[in-house]
Amino acid sequence: MLYRENGQFKSSYRSDQQIFPILQDRIAMVALLVLAVVIVPLIASPYLLTAIFIPFLILALAALGLNILVGYCGQISLGTGAFMAVGAYAAYNVQTRIDGMPLIASLLFGGLASTVLGVLFGVPSLRIKGLYLAVATLAAQFFVDWACLRLGWVTNGSSSGSVSVAGLNVLGLPIESPVQKYLFALVFLAVFALLAKNLVRGAIGREWMAIRDMDVAAAVIGIRPVYAKLTAFAVSSFIVGVAGGLWGFIHLGSWEPAAFNIDRSFQLLFMVIIGGLGSIMGSFFGAAFIVVLPIILDGLPYWFGIPIDTATASHLTFMIFGALIVFFLIVEPHGIARLWSTAKEKLRLWPFPH
Amino acid sequence: MKSLMKSLALAAALMATATGVFAQAKEQFFPLLAYRTGPYAPNGTPWANGKQDYIKMINARDGGVNGVKITFEECETGYATDKGVECYERLKGKGASVIDPQATGITFALTDKVAADKIPLITLGYGLSASQDGNVFKWNFPLMGSYWTAADMLIQHIGKKEGGLDKLKGKKIAIVYHDSPFGKEPMPLLEERSKMHGFELIKIPVTAPGVEQKSAWLQVRQNRPDYVLLWGWGVMNSTALKEAQATGYPREKMYGVWWSGAEPDVKDVGDGAKGYNALNLNTSGQSPKVIQDILKYVHDKGQGTGPKDEVGSVLYTRGLIIQMLGIEAVRRAQERFGKGKVMTGEQVRWGLENLALDQKKLDALGFSGVMRPLSTSCQDHMGSTWARVHTWDGSKWSFTSDWLQADEQIIKPMVKVAADKYAGEKKLTRRTPADCQS
Amino acid sequence: MGFFLETLFGGLMVGMLYSLIALGFVLIYKASGVFNFAQGAMVLFAAMAMARFYEWIPKWFGFDNKILANVLAFAAAVLVMIAVAWVIERLVLRHLVNQEHITLLMATLGITYFLEGFGQTLFGSGIYKIDVGMPKDPVLVLEGLFAGGVLINKEDLYAAVIAAVLVALLALFFQKTATGRALRAVADDHQAAQSIGIPLGRIWIIVWSVAGVVALVAGVIWGSKLGVQFSLSLVALKALPVVILGGLTSVPGAIIGGLIIGVGEKLSEIYIGPMFGGGIEIWFAYVLALVFLLVRPQGLFGEKIIDRV
Repeated sequence: MLYRENGQFKSSYRSDQQIFPILQDRIAMVALLVLAVVIVPLIASPYLLTAIFIPFLILALAALGLNILVGYCGQISLGTGAFMAVGAYAAYNVQTRIDGMPLIASLLFGGLASTVLGVLFGVPSLRIKGLYLAVATLAAQFFVDWACLRLGWVTNGSSSGSVSVAGLNVLGLPIESPVQKYLFALVFLAVFALLAKNLVRGAIGREWMAIRDMDVAAAVIGIRPVYAKLTAFAVSSFIVGVAGGLWGFIHLGSWEPAAFNIDRSFQLLFMVIIGGLGSIMGSFFGAAFIVVLPIILDGLPYWFGIPIDTATASHLTFMIFGALIVFFLIVEPHGIARLWSTAKEKLRLWPFPH
Repeated sequence: MKSLMKSLALAAALMATATGVFAQAKEQFFPLLAYRTGPYAPNGTPWANGKQDYIKMINARDGGVNGVKITFEECETGYATDKGVECYERLKGKGASVIDPQATGITFALTDKVAADKIPLITLGYGLSASQDGNVFKWNFPLMGSYWTAADMLIQHIGKKEGGLDKLKGKKIAIVYHDSPFGKEPMPLLEERSKMHGFELIKIPVTAPGVEQKSAWLQVRQNRPDYVLLWGWGVMNSTALKEAQATGYPREKMYGVWWSGAEPDVKDVGDGAKGYNALNLNTSGQSPKVIQDILKYVHDKGQGTGPKDEVGSVLYTRGLIIQMLGIEAVRRAQERFGKGKVMTGEQVRWGLENLALDQKKLDALGFSGVMRPLSTSCQDHMGSTWARVHTWDGSKWSFTSDWLQADEQIIKPMVKVAADKYAGEKKLTRRTPADCQS
Repeated sequence: MGFFLETLFGGLMVGMLYSLIALGFVLIYKASGVFNFAQGAMVLFAAMAMARFYEWIPKWFGFDNKILANVLAFAAAVLVMIAVAWVIERLVLRHLVNQEHITLLMATLGITYFLEGFGQTLFGSGIYKIDVGMPKDPVLVLEGLFAGGVLINKEDLYAAVIAAVLVALLALFFQKTATGRALRAVADDHQAAQSIGIPLGRIWIIVWSVAGVVALVAGVIWGSKLGVQFSLSLVALKALPVVILGGLTSVPGAIIGGLIIGVGEKLSEIYIGPMFGGGIEIWFAYVLALVFLLVRPQGLFGEKIIDRV
């Protein structure tokens, strides 16, 4: 009843092809933006911002990047942590070594460095497929883990291997308080989400999806696998690299290579799968699920007043996390995004049964 | 997306109400960051248990600090930096006045945040070695030692064993270290000493968490060093000893830092670790008065945090010391800012900077024989630079050296250089004498 | 030269141990088409079960004989792993039939988390001892040929022998028994096997149980060497290059791959490592596997991947 498109006629190709063709969707989007930009900074506590919203935004960005690679192009990658690390360290190097480098430029440079690495480790994908590729990408993960610890120039000569940034600002506006950091990350996420959405709606996105579905057939009809796969790796690594830079600069402030280890890679892969492969929306859902769930699970026993020690609580979190992942995969293997689109389909008919 | 935001807001509201009562007027809150899961749990657990038991004992025996009861909340970090930061953010708002992160990685991450939030960090025997310089690191307190003092004392001890530091010329000393900020911290000092005395330093990294060390020990066998320093944590320590046994390297020639010389590291190796030496900042055993008090006031009443036979072990006692120093800082702060009142982070920081625990005070607290006297100041956030070497005989640890003191002649200049570098990077200025009085 | 031989032996023996873990991966992949990321957690769970039962059984039944305790603990651990296999098949695999590879992979990752949490809840997070009487001290051989002799670790040698025996037993099982034939049929073609009446569900339980027992043996050997603790599951990450090098569907591939990776790792760490400051072995193993894959994308002995358009 509310979600019908009756009366919404399009009179130009442009309006027909827009991202949100239905008016209600556009209104919802504007409301969401208002909520995110205006309301949340006003009412959320600093703890909520630093512990939930900022990690959510940054990990959603990284999941977005990974979704392009895994969901749209079908190349399973377990080395995402490495690309985040490269983005973070490259941005750090540029920021510290060049005085007065603008923050945004450093982060984008981090993304570029990550792109180079991504394309390099994407080359095997031209030969190797499926699970073999997944394990091969672990080579990138472990190599970068090692390089960040061993190669002195990566950490600008830090004896301990730990680096930190301070005094972040954009054109003089400081990025210090939780609200400022939140808005900064939000801007990045919004811009890149729009970018990604338009990419996947365009020709390159269709090429990726063709490669994902049937790469031999795609090659037969003239899609160059080299171009498609390597651009997928490139775009994906760029976004993941920028997310890595944001993670290090905005969320952690001070980090060591272990912040981007294999657990991070698995976490991002979970986000993408649970959120929904091949769906921009899915990255957001997945990130929200994975960021919020452990915190809720950690706090759950205390809400019910059950006095258990932190070790058992932590183990329970692991168990419930694992069980929920399996449950989700059984119930909806296409992720929360599919649940969402099913819900929207039902909403279009509501309150009528058919 | 909107419904998701709504459920997030609901969850947040629930959390805000449910995660405990805000520190009330007469309660001093201590957040306890700990790890009871993961590869470092075997060592992290007794440490955390010691901290909790001490608080419980102070509440039971003394009724708190001058009438102010102590509350705590433990948060599981799993030795991961981002979880440590999340725990910190969640618990700092409850009136946290001092924090022991229990991990070097988390210390690095929190060092930047605590200055803004005004909560001091106690990093007893770990953390940034340069943070000994209180003029730059206002909020870090590496009490009783850092990795540079530890490395220094080990070299001194080895030198003594050889008959003089000059006899070290031409010798080979290998360091098998955890490949992380924790393991890499002692390198600057070891390199400095290596230059001074002419011994060859061989660095053998072990990828975290250190469960696979065959290649490391094959390299030890290849190089045949005269001594091996072990700089590990958690499961890496026992694995190192097992691999040392498997490659036949004499355990008597192995010297571990004070984080590599506790019961969990050697218990399941048993006789295989016989002769292994490590530094220790404190004694172990159940005879000190404070341990007796804990057994009496906490464990006998069924309130013990961990198993009873863990009480008095090396890391447990170290946890006791850390908590004691935190509480004594509160007590000291109360002397200046108001007895019987709840202290803020800034006030406790002053307390930590003005600790003067002489032998008499230590005896009164029940710590006689457990640790050496300690006194901090504005410039010196370490307070004491003494440690001893103890050796495992197959079933227990016993001390095999006199008290060693780190050589400040070498360390002080290095600390100053490192602190200045940090200050330059972070655009901080050294504290003024006036600031020292605040 | 003597040291080179030591490194070589060390690498070969460690390679055998990696093959043990890789064997579990291959078994499950062959029979149910699932890349079982939870193999590491299964190794850990099995080892923890063994270690704790070894402590608890004498206490429960009040006797002191170490050998009896070990045997009973092993039997108990085998039962535990069979139970785990049953539960996994019932609750997870049955519902995920015909899903894509990546979904199944993620499901096994979920199982990993669950097993790790559950294992620590049941058995604790300390370091536990497995004592099956393996000799701990090394032995020097060939002292005549090389100065100082070549150091061989007796425990590794015994472990390699046990691994070889296990592989031989498994080969016999697959070739000579009816169940083994059924397993090979299922590995070949699920639908054809079903159509001739082979019960798929039961076969999966059997395969996962066998993989569980293999995980138990691997866990006992590794646990005896390193002590049983949470981080033991990370050893499985080192077995992944073995699996992809040898081919996901090949048992001899797991063995040969294990030996290659073991030797490659150790030699690289000792001889190339110091040039780069050390610590290179973990990524070297993966890069080595990657290089092999570029030449043979399905692994050394794996089935050729046929893409039908």
